[in-house]
Amino acid sequence: MTAAQLNDLLTALTIFTLAILVGIAVISKVPATLHTPLMSGANSIHGIVLVGAMLIAAEATEPASQILSLVAVAFATMNVVGGYVVTDRMLQMFRKKPTAPKPATDDAAAGS
Amino acid sequence: MTTLEIVEILVRIAWLVGAVGFVIGLSRMNSPATARNGNLLSAAGMAIAIAATAILILVRQASGTPVAGVAWVIIVLGVAVGGGLGLYTARNVKMTAMPQLVSLFNAVGGGAAALIAIDDYLGLAAGSAVRIDTHIFIVLDIIIGSITFTGSIIASGKLQGLIPGKPIYVPGGQLVTLALAAITVIAALALFVSGTPNLLLMVVILAAALTFGVTMTLPIGGADMPVVISLLNSFTGTAVAMAGFVINNPVLIIAGALVGASGAILTKLMADAMNRSVLNIMIGGFGGGDEAAGAVAGAGGSVRAIGPDDVAIQLAYAQHVIVVPGYGLAVAQAQHAVRELAELLEERGVDVKYAIHPVAGRMPGHMNVLLAEANVPYPQLMEMDDINPEFARADVALVIGANDVTNPAARRPGSPVSGMPILDVDQAKSIVVIKRSMGKGYAGIDNELYTNEKTGMLFADAKEGLASLIAAVKAV
Repeated sequence: MTAAQLNDLLTALTIFTLAILVGIAVISKVPATLHTPLMSGANSIHGIVLVGAMLIAAEATEPASQILSLVAVAFATMNVVGGYVVTDRMLQMFRKKPTAPKPATDDAAAGS
Repeated sequence: MTTLEIVEILVRIAWLVGAVGFVIGLSRMNSPATARNGNLLSAAGMAIAIAATAILILVRQASGTPVAGVAWVIIVLGVAVGGGLGLYTARNVKMTAMPQLVSLFNAVGGGAAALIAIDDYLGLAAGSAVRIDTHIFIVLDIIIGSITFTGSIIASGKLQGLIPGKPIYVPGGQLVTLALAAITVIAALALFVSGTPNLLLMVVILAAALTFGVTMTLPIGGADMPVVISLLNSFTGTAVAMAGFVINNPVLIIAGALVGASGAILTKLMADAMNRSVLNIMIGGFGGGDEAAGAVAGAGGSVRAIGPDDVAIQLAYAQHVIVVPGYGLAVAQAQHAVRELAELLEERGVDVKYAIHPVAGRMPGHMNVLLAEANVPYPQLMEMDDINPEFARADVALVIGANDVTNPAARRPGSPVSGMPILDVDQAKSIVVIKRSMGKGYAGIDNELYTNEKTGMLFADAKEGLASLIAAVKAV
């Protein structure tokens, strides 16, 4: 390993380590009621693997590689799209009951 | 700088913007008010990162880097198929079936991460020297990605009921799991020492890791699945970070590490709420030998059955009612019925609150999602620490399909549930339990709450029981 390669590796490891610490700091503050949406939301984020799948698809020349990258792109897209949509569906439900008709009257006033 | 160099720099900046979107998005999921916005922010970051990647490939192609035309076919076809499946299932899944869908999305994410490493490995020239760090990242990506792929599919199948939810013990199963782990480690070490690509060893590692995912998850009971899914979610994040090292991509490393860390914290929180260690769950806890030793002395007193009409009168003339929903309510899909009952009582001036144990339902916070789906106002959902002091003021505590999380035996040592945080249901002036039978909860022990002299048992399925209560309250 050359010094430059070692340098690159250390840069990547630094990013990795700091991202872990950020993950710990951000997550420990979330209340229990939001844990399921949170798990689902974090689940969508690892769909970022789609970026990697696209990059290997672009370089795929062998049939084996093309099949692998096709499956990888399909899997990763399912993770991204499904993950965000189902998380949004869950979070949509965490809304307050419309108690006062106040917003409605505001709208009516604005409309008249 | 050439156009390609400029674009590559801009794409790296776009990836950084995407990563910032993930971090801020996750932090905005702190509170119900900003959570949805946070998820959208994270989705926007994802869209930016993916669009930038597509532009990068286009510009590379225009600058003469050979990109086969079939590459675009692969990407478009893959996105269409995967996106279509993801969108359809996410839109149409019932909220009670949501945990298994999340597990399935987790499986494909882990699978994609493993495939990237496998592809990279196939591209290494035979006989060439492989740098030790490249080798390690590829092997770790394949191992972790494969375990999470098969493990999440099994977890999803268990929650869906395709595979029996109860722990499946194969004779010598743990030995098989251990042997698989040993094979994986030895094959990986052999690869590292050889320093050259070896397809056979890699196939051995892949097969052992895929099988390990199955044998690891099969013996774990359905009630522990949330913890397992959370753990596997963390694994996938780690696998994606490893894929980032393999193809030298910073946004994969950042996002993967973020999810790896968040999943690990979440797993620990969930296990803590059940008073179990993650290790204990993975080895297969409760069911093993100590079940008999955990039998509680003093249980087995008489049980008082109560009819819906009596319960309706108690509820209708109460001032404060606390509903304690549990797994049974989720299974019977009775969340709409419980909201209907609560609204009837509120019309009569009764104050109704819901006591949500952290692990009620099938995942932490799952009960909140189910009740929110049934339009239960969010402020009525009280977390354990907030509601526990209020039980003493409650005229009636209505327990629907919850068992172990209400067992007072948890306050004493010597029982399998000892030390588990519980809802102080026994403090209420009167207790009504809707339950199908005297069957035991997941811990396999009697619940002392049921033999409490203040407790009346309404033997019914959660949905039917609530329907009869609604009818009876209307008649009061």
